Amino acid sequence: MLDSSEGYVTEDGRKIGGVVMEMKNITLRFGGVVAIKDISFDIREGEIRAIIGPNGAGKSSMLNVISGFYIPQEGEVWFHGAKRPQMRPFEVAQQGIARTFQNIALFEGMSVLDNVMTGRLNFMKTNIFQQALWKGKAEAEEVENREAVEKIIDFLEIQHIRKTPVSRLPYGLKKRVELARALAAEPKLLLLDEPMAGMNVEEKEDMSRFVLDVNDEFGTTIALIEHDMGVVMDLSDRVVVMDYGRKIGDGTPDEVRNNQEVIDAYLGVSHD
Amino acid sequence: MPEQLVFGMEVILNGLMAGVLYALVALGFVLIYKASGIFNYAQGVMALFAAMTLVGIMNGQVPFSHLINAIFGTHIHYFGWNVPALFAILLTMAVMVLLAWAVQRFVMRHLVGQEPIILFMATIGLAYFLEGVADLMWGSEIKTLDVGLPQGINLWIDESTFNIFGYGFFIDNLDIVATVIAALLVAALVAFSQYTKQGRAMRAVADDHQAALSVGISLNFIWIMVWSVAGFVALVAGIMWGTKSGVQFSLSLIALKALPVLMLGGFTSIPGAIVGGLIIGVGEKLFEFTLGPALGGATENWFAYVLALIFLVFRPQGLFGEKIIERV
Repeated sequence: MLDSSEGYVTEDGRKIGGVVMEMKNITLRFGGVVAIKDISFDIREGEIRAIIGPNGAGKSSMLNVISGFYIPQEGEVWFHGAKRPQMRPFEVAQQGIARTFQNIALFEGMSVLDNVMTGRLNFMKTNIFQQALWKGKAEAEEVENREAVEKIIDFLEIQHIRKTPVSRLPYGLKKRVELARALAAEPKLLLLDEPMAGMNVEEKEDMSRFVLDVNDEFGTTIALIEHDMGVVMDLSDRVVVMDYGRKIGDGTPDEVRNNQEVIDAYLGVSHD
Repeated sequence: MPEQLVFGMEVILNGLMAGVLYALVALGFVLIYKASGIFNYAQGVMALFAAMTLVGIMNGQVPFSHLINAIFGTHIHYFGWNVPALFAILLTMAVMVLLAWAVQRFVMRHLVGQEPIILFMATIGLAYFLEGVADLMWGSEIKTLDVGLPQGINLWIDESTFNIFGYGFFIDNLDIVATVIAALLVAALVAFSQYTKQGRAMRAVADDHQAALSVGISLNFIWIMVWSVAGFVALVAGIMWGTKSGVQFSLSLIALKALPVLMLGGFTSIPGAIVGGLIIGVGEKLFEFTLGPALGGATENWFAYVLALIFLVFRPQGLFGEKIIERV
């Protein structure tokens, strides 16, 4: 199923597999504005892949293309070795691509537990009458899903707020709950849109640790967008750099760091 | 026991029964409001439409017969068969699901992400449109609806109260049935929204569209489902009200009575709709009984609204509504 080209081994000894997702010549326009211009890159199984770039580079747009919220005018999205037909966001989610949002999209009125449980909706197979009557299979299924969810809640260290309505939580914890909900879906590919935006140093460190742990423990393939260069370089195995909708760099953090075009984009160039 | 007190008890009992019927309509509002944030003005007309469709199907009426006859110069009005009540109810439910689909497909889908007031206006339009369709489809004359529910005075209550108080209470069997059905309906709705996957998805959609999409919920499907459930509640309310007071266009006005019920109970609470309905039902009957004569009677027409107004001033979120907290 996966791309035949073999993976690679990271510096810390993790085995990275074949290509899970491949973006081929994606172009996305909003009217006359070109948000993404002919970009191609791939994401390999088990790796942490970062997309970085200055404000307005088209990073979020790229993530929205992957998760089906935006439909590109040109280009193809390949997932697990097959070209993906045009899909709506909920269908993409059902395929096993979970995501978080830059501006947090949680169910504010529900408790943390209920929020994370919504991540398991696609695992519930019993019919509506069994569920309403709480009988037989439905009960077993609920217990099973609940166990999976509790595991994730433990893992992300949010046990103490399990029953708290999300609307009462501080920003940093909300971000963590959103990650928990995405993880509950046992995604084949996890998309994180600026998971550390707006956090203080301590929260950033926590979140970085969780991202690494998730990847390590569950072997989850992760694609993330991040602003903070330092964080990205520490976390990711490979980095795509975007600027004004174009791809200006792609490679390991070290390669990217020494790429002249990337340095120019971030530090600016003098035009004299 | 003083006579006045005994009368009062009968009034309260009758008020409770009337309140159940108000609550039934209010439930439909709460459901759609909770699930989609839309205040569905058309709920009352949906009940009317459901009742008319049910009668029409049972009597074997030809839908749009006036229109057909006017165009083709024919004189058909009836198919000449009668459909058994239970089967007719199922058919009517199918029509309500179809209506739900149409509402989603032709109205709501184009208004995703619009201001609530725009959606509200759309449902006002829907109400008048639906009223027109109901008229065109089934005609405007008053019809009786009899799906075989027991009606008339409950003799057992009459006798036993007579033995105790020396005065027999008049309680309509239909009201008792309505109460039982309303209780069952609420239990079913609560089980549905709390324990089923679809119910969870529905609550999720009401809360945040984007987030719902990202966990794999189809908004279209959920909305059609929500409107179907509202259609189902409308059908139940339509059967009850239609049996009680005949199927006529003034039925759509009972929707207006649901408004004060909602202001009391809060727009987001299912128990609130019930308690609100009961308070209004008992309140207006009791008010009429005690102060009505002094105020010139017919207080039932305005009592509920005045009560709602008082609530709006002192507790705008209603008895059970979500608390309005402004963070600054």
